[in-house]
Amino acid sequence: MRVMAPEEMEALIRLLSDDGYEVVGPTRREGAIVYDRLQGLSDLPAGWGDEHGPGHYRLRQRDDQALFGYVVGPHSWKKYLFPPRETLVRVLRREDGGFETQPGEPAPPRRAFIGVRPCELAAIGIQDRVFLEQSVRDRAYGARREGVFLVAVNCAEPGGTCFCTSMGTGPRAGSGFDLGLTEVIGEGTHFLVIEAGSEAGEAMLARMDTREASEAERAAAEQVWLEAPKHMGRTMPGDAREVLARALEHPRWAQTAERCLSCANCTLVCPTCFCAQMEELPDLEGKSSERVRLWDSCFNGEHSYMIGGPHRSTVAARYRQWLTHKLSSWHEQFGSSGCVGCGRCITWCPVGIDITEEVAAIRATGQGKAGGQGT
Amino acid sequence: MSVSAAERQIPEPMAPVPWRILDVRREVADGEVFTWRLRPESGAAPEARPGQFNMLYLFGVGEVAISVSAMDGDGSLVHTIRAVGSVTRTMQGLRAGDVVGVRGPFGSAWPVEAAEGRDLVLAAGGIGLAPLRPVIHAVLARREAFGRVLICYGARSPRDLIFRDELAQWQARADLDVRVTVDRGTADWKGDVGVVTQLIDRGGFDGRNALAMVCGPEVMMRFSALSLHRRGVVPERTFVSMERCMRCALGFCGHCQIGPHFVCRDGPVFPYPVMEPAFRVHEL
Amino acid sequence: MNELLEILKGQHFFEGLREADLRLLAAGASLRTFRADETLFREHEEADAFYLIRSGRVALESRLPGRRAEVFMTLGHGEVLGWSWLMPPYRWHYSARALEETHTVHFDAPALHACMDRDPVLGYALYQRFAALIVQRLQAARLQAMDIYGGGDVGLGG
Repeated sequence: MRVMAPEEMEALIRLLSDDGYEVVGPTRREGAIVYDRLQGLSDLPAGWGDEHGPGHYRLRQRDDQALFGYVVGPHSWKKYLFPPRETLVRVLRREDGGFETQPGEPAPPRRAFIGVRPCELAAIGIQDRVFLEQSVRDRAYGARREGVFLVAVNCAEPGGTCFCTSMGTGPRAGSGFDLGLTEVIGEGTHFLVIEAGSEAGEAMLARMDTREASEAERAAAEQVWLEAPKHMGRTMPGDAREVLARALEHPRWAQTAERCLSCANCTLVCPTCFCAQMEELPDLEGKSSERVRLWDSCFNGEHSYMIGGPHRSTVAARYRQWLTHKLSSWHEQFGSSGCVGCGRCITWCPVGIDITEEVAAIRATGQGKAGGQGT
Repeated sequence: MSVSAAERQIPEPMAPVPWRILDVRREVADGEVFTWRLRPESGAAPEARPGQFNMLYLFGVGEVAISVSAMDGDGSLVHTIRAVGSVTRTMQGLRAGDVVGVRGPFGSAWPVEAAEGRDLVLAAGGIGLAPLRPVIHAVLARREAFGRVLICYGARSPRDLIFRDELAQWQARADLDVRVTVDRGTADWKGDVGVVTQLIDRGGFDGRNALAMVCGPEVMMRFSALSLHRRGVVPERTFVSMERCMRCALGFCGHCQIGPHFVCRDGPVFPYPVMEPAFRVHEL
Repeated sequence: MNELLEILKGQHFFEGLREADLRLLAAGASLRTFRADETLFREHEEADAFYLIRSGRVALESRLPGRRAEVFMTLGHGEVLGWSWLMPPYRWHYSARALEETHTVHFDAPALHACMDRDPVLGYALYQRFAALIVQRLQAARLQAMDIYGGGDVGLGG
């Protein structure tokens, strides 16, 4: 186990930049922690933490200088690997009425992600399965995913809407990263424990200024790993998959739909949601046309478009689709839950609908069907 | 972390390939339903199986999922299209020689081989006859391999019937039992009036040994399945072809999900028991 | 009589009836053939029979003043036609007309009705079959009323 000073992050960012990576990570902007380009240590949100609750998010000043003292913000790494909008294909019209196709966008930069939470690491793994491990690979996703350098940060202080322990995705990263960090802050001490999770990580570690951890530092890091799981703000029932599979006609869907605005916030902040729509954007001259992929949401009416009208016309059906897909049918499709327990959908729901509370409520009332009392 | 070393070698799966329209055929009087024979600009069409579909693309307009309505084995594929949305209405104006984009074929196929040695019941509603036509062609190519073959075809009115010439040929054959009905007759219509399920109710096949393929509006498929099961066809040998919003045809875009199933990739042809929840649970 | 019995035995509609019941049905039955366009029965006439169609086709239609007769359903091989004889006021609601030469078995309803009253086992067995038939026709009529081919739910065609 090796340790380094917080200031050594400056060197890591520089080394990665020197190697040609576009370095992205957490920074403070517009009252939130967002992911953006990092030029150096000063871009990290030192001394900032955040409060999470249903429909509630506030940054707050910490009484220390923690670099990673927040939980997660509204962004996830999905915005880099599966961007909200991308041109997949450019179609060029030929003189003779035919056409040819070109790649929609230039080759993406190689990126280094700084500050990937264990739940986010799991989310990237889930999107890898969706886009790269089916019968057809998503070329555009693959091109961006290839060669990403992942710097994970284990969680010391899970937030009020976190439930990664329920989903088995955190709060400590097991694998799937190049470098793993744990930030330790105590009486008069502040350091980062660093471990390599890949050959590329080993090589980078060798170029950085680190030293072997002392017995006390080792104990302090272990204390962080031990304590974190005890501070989950939420719990997801372990049998959510089975509960929801049996509850397709539960009255709760209609009840929740009365609160749900169908605004799609939950699917936008979710690090695994992958629905997308295709748009055709011809130029004014009619010489070329772009096939654009945009994030879509199962909460949008157009999502279930049929010639005769949307197949899921009610908010209840859309909410059911989202929740049953995320927590239940995802298992059948991709071999795991689609939820990593990051809590974003709870935090960023404008009316504070809580995914864990919804499952618990359905679970508590069994597989009841809507209507038909006493008949 | 490296995922793959050769990512840029992979072709873009969303890029349409140019195909040329060899000929256009009007199926109904006003041309609202029409059939295209298509061939890639270079090379021959990839092999397609009955029930599969292609994504047909119009430059600057968009893309729609259309099932293959015949494969003549000559390097072309045939599609029958009904002009109902913005893309298909524009397609209605295209002529022989025009170029369209094609991706595919995609999806699951009708289990034609599983029907060998059995009676085969095909129930088609409206343009649902189009995805079933390749099955009829496959059966006729090896007619002796199947038992009794029943084609039950229902349409809204006589003017909506498609593949008329071929229907007449099939009806003239002694080894096919072709039953055609319309929901609403006309003064000169001498054929049957009533819904397609009635044609199934008339029997004429050994339900316990039969395999059935159903394609049409969802409610028609549900009612047909009930009629088939009443006649002894087991649900496991009843197959339906589902219609959902398909945008990518690759299982990426998420639109066509029915429970855990992606219609584009796991369907469109499903065994009835797999789709039973979709018939039962509203807006699933 | 024996010929009729054999015909009835082969029919899906009568499957499961006792031999004695089939004999009784056959006793009140007769073979009737209708030429193309010939009427089997007219709307509002007394309903005193039902038919089993052995071959050919029959149109059920209703006449509206000033309009041609509207065919709303056709029946063919193996199908049973007519249930108005089962309950009061025992009148045909629609007309039935042969569309082509049609061979039928005609069943004398009043005689059969009397037997069903005397023998509830037979009565129940026949009511079961006619109930299923009526339900099937009702479901079909509703499906027809839905005009299902009009919308966009078209089966991968557009």
